[in-house]
Amino acid sequence: MGSNQTVQGRLNQPGASSHKNRNRILTAVTLVIFVVFLFLADQGIILDSYGVRIIRLCGVYTIAALSMTLINGLTGQFSLGQAGFMAIGAYTTSLLIIPPEVKEQMYYVTPIQGWVRDMQAPFLAAILIGGLLAALIAFLIGFPVLRLRGDYLAIATLGFSEIIRVIITNVGSVTNSSIGIKSIPDTANIWWTTIAAALCITLVYRLMKTSYGRAFKSIRDDEVAAEAMGISLFKHKMLSFVISGFLAGLSGGLLASVVGVINPLYFRFTLAYEILLIVVLGGQGSITGTLVSACLITAGKEWLRFLDSGFSIGPITIPEISGLRMLVFSALLMVVILFYRRGLFGSNEFSWDGLFRLIQRTGARCKRLIRRGEKGGAAK
Amino acid sequence: MRILETKHTTMRFGGVTAVEDLNLYVDQGEIVAIIGPNGAGKTTTFNMMTGVYAPTEGQIMLAKKDGNLEDITGVRPDLIAKRGVARTFQNIRLFSELTALENVLTAQHLHVKSNFATAMLGLPQYKKEERAFRKRAMELLEIVGLADQADSMATSLPYGQQRRLEIARALATDPRLLLLDEPAAGMNPQETQELTTFVSQIHEQFGLTILMIEHHMQIVMDISHRIYVLDFGKTIAHGTPDEIKNNERVIDAYLGVAEDAEG
Amino acid sequence: MNVLIPSMEQFVQGIANALSLGSLYSLVAIGYTMVYGILRLINFAHGEVFMMAMYFVFYVTTLFQAPWYIAFIAGIVGIALLGIVIERAAYKPLRNAPRISVLISAIGVSYLLQNLAVVCFSGIPKQFPSVPLFQDVIIVGGVHIQRMVIIVPIITAILVAALLYLVNHTKMGIAMRAASRDFDTSRLMGINVNRVISITFCIGSLLAAVGAIMWGLKYPKIEPYVGVMPGLKCFIAAVLGGIGSIGGAVIGAFLLGFIEIMLVLFLPGLSGYKDAFAFVLLIIILLVKPTGLLGDKAGVDKA
Repeated sequence: MGSNQTVQGRLNQPGASSHKNRNRILTAVTLVIFVVFLFLADQGIILDSYGVRIIRLCGVYTIAALSMTLINGLTGQFSLGQAGFMAIGAYTTSLLIIPPEVKEQMYYVTPIQGWVRDMQAPFLAAILIGGLLAALIAFLIGFPVLRLRGDYLAIATLGFSEIIRVIITNVGSVTNSSIGIKSIPDTANIWWTTIAAALCITLVYRLMKTSYGRAFKSIRDDEVAAEAMGISLFKHKMLSFVISGFLAGLSGGLLASVVGVINPLYFRFTLAYEILLIVVLGGQGSITGTLVSACLITAGKEWLRFLDSGFSIGPITIPEISGLRMLVFSALLMVVILFYRRGLFGSNEFSWDGLFRLIQRTGARCKRLIRRGEKGGAAK
Repeated sequence: MRILETKHTTMRFGGVTAVEDLNLYVDQGEIVAIIGPNGAGKTTTFNMMTGVYAPTEGQIMLAKKDGNLEDITGVRPDLIAKRGVARTFQNIRLFSELTALENVLTAQHLHVKSNFATAMLGLPQYKKEERAFRKRAMELLEIVGLADQADSMATSLPYGQQRRLEIARALATDPRLLLLDEPAAGMNPQETQELTTFVSQIHEQFGLTILMIEHHMQIVMDISHRIYVLDFGKTIAHGTPDEIKNNERVIDAYLGVAEDAEG
Repeated sequence: MNVLIPSMEQFVQGIANALSLGSLYSLVAIGYTMVYGILRLINFAHGEVFMMAMYFVFYVTTLFQAPWYIAFIAGIVGIALLGIVIERAAYKPLRNAPRISVLISAIGVSYLLQNLAVVCFSGIPKQFPSVPLFQDVIIVGGVHIQRMVIIVPIITAILVAALLYLVNHTKMGIAMRAASRDFDTSRLMGINVNRVISITFCIGSLLAAVGAIMWGLKYPKIEPYVGVMPGLKCFIAAVLGGIGSIGGAVIGAFLLGFIEIMLVLFLPGLSGYKDAFAFVLLIIILLVKPTGLLGDKAGVDKA
């Protein structure tokens, strides 16, 4: 883990890359392989619909985690409000894409309001509106909460997220209260989610390369110094918070379409904890780390489903224990924060050179180990 | 021409008076030093001038571009920086996870004219600005002798270089008035000598006005035009280096224990 | 929105309920305020300590057929130990880490305990054992109330008085106050800071356990997330009163209890928003008076 970081750190520097062409080719080849993979998956050739669903969720959670990485890891403002923003995006998108007659039938406890029933938008517009609405709410919430720091900010954003959820539960004529929304069209296929995730990664990556992105990082590193250098703390925190809200809203919209059914309980603060786990494992300040971690956790969560439904290790049979899977993940969060605080990537980004150095080093270390092993064997 | 003036400025924290009735001025082009034992209220003075604290009483006036004084009491730190006041910190405060070059670039953010969308889209206007920023940042690193360290992480630099990087970063905001908080702290006599030369050099080159807090008498006496002496928040003396050297109260309160107070 | 004017009897009952709810909140809020005072940490896991106390008492009663007082004492002792274990395992290793890491660790513990409860005790709600001594309804001046509505404030008053004595008049208390003023200096002065922290967690958890037992007698449904809302609300109460101050936590807790009960009493239309209301109060207090009513430490301090 340690050597990994130093390698990454060194290669993060511009100009250190002596293999520009090689890296470009590698990137291109990887992209082509990835697109072919997506195509085959989409056609149902290499993955069944369950596998495809996992890939779709990977995209969705990447965006959600990116939203937290931006505000927490890159701007240093510990926000736990993601679940609330995702809820706004999810409900907005769902209500915009479900046909009016289907909506009407669903609201059997509290009759639906006319404008909610009639509002319609194409999917792309719907997820963007969901994102923008979440961004608007983030903007409004930002005024009071962004004056707070550290743990106070965390609890205030968590509080707002709960307020959003309580409101959703209570305005039945708009949100169908605790019954939730179902029959959400399955529009967000593998291309939608993957392209959306790719665009969001590009967006945040570009952002961090601009002067505004540097200002975000300076606030993370030292607020007092940043302010003394003429950087308006509030303005930049707000900018980051609003973009983060937009990303969370967008991911919520996509999520609704992938899972098909949503209700207020889905957007409890435990959702924010799940995203926090992704961000912490990724390294808190790394965009590529977030991507890798989001895919690992999402796939892992599905792969570990067997834990909940009972399994056997050799002769020992473990009965069905519901919740064991999430216990494993909450334990993982503890292990990472206690023993690998920098996560997979720290605040560095992936680079091909870094990967090669890592391989070389690991190779050298293996050789050394083998040689030592041989010597040991000879001595015997 | 007056560039900065404090009028009866007082700062209290709870029951403690950190600075009392401070009347200090700095004229265009001067190098002024504030000296005094630890706890005399020097850094508090800087914090009031840069907006970190709003003084409990009194005013702080800063010259506008046209030369007229403007009340900046209680103005936010970033807005004071935009008005042309830059500073360094007693306990170095670099952006730890940014490179030396990025540290300097960050300090130029207050000059950005392109709005956020222009920057995100990478439109020519922003690209041109970014190129100019990088060029300027490299020049500044050159001046402080850190050009070859541009891509090193700020906190991986040795102590002396970190101090110089902080000065480069402050210069990147294009200040009229530079506040240096113990620039020579922790330096040996040779490094202090180099710093003295360096401060005079940037003073000339950038047409800067400098206000500094310093314990090293050598650098203070060598380059400052005027000196204020603070003790327990009160101004006990004010004058040219020669006047200060011969001031009884200063000798009693401060110079006599100067050796102990260093660091 | 309709303002409902309650009858005199309802109003008196409301006051009694508010007093007992305020007492419950204070027992839990004190744990937050003490930990925050020393470690500057929102102990997110405090609500889960509360939840664990309810399960603990439940299992001691059902598995061992223990009488209620044995179960209560076992629960309180067990949970006090749990508090110490959490501190040792999850916070102590991060003593020199950035504050945010400790906060994440606290969130992690909270999340872990919730999931642990789901696995060990299942998500199906359990019924907290009933103790007629506390739950019988008595009539005081024409008002029907449960006996515990009177007992809870008395127990709280005794515990708070004992705690204030401990903090203000014993050697340990002085060490605690010193550590919350200046952690590093206290260490230099030879105070065993780790011991002080352990005891702080022990006391905080102990009070939370008492609060949880009383809570269980009043609202007997136990499920893995039962500690979350009381936990968050009591943190808010601690902030309201001024974080770091024990007296403040008690005042904040009573204030929150009163406001909540009165809100439901006078504006029943808003009762669905009851849980959101505490957060609104938090935001308001942080903006208007971030130091709280009695506190001297702020969430918006200059670095």
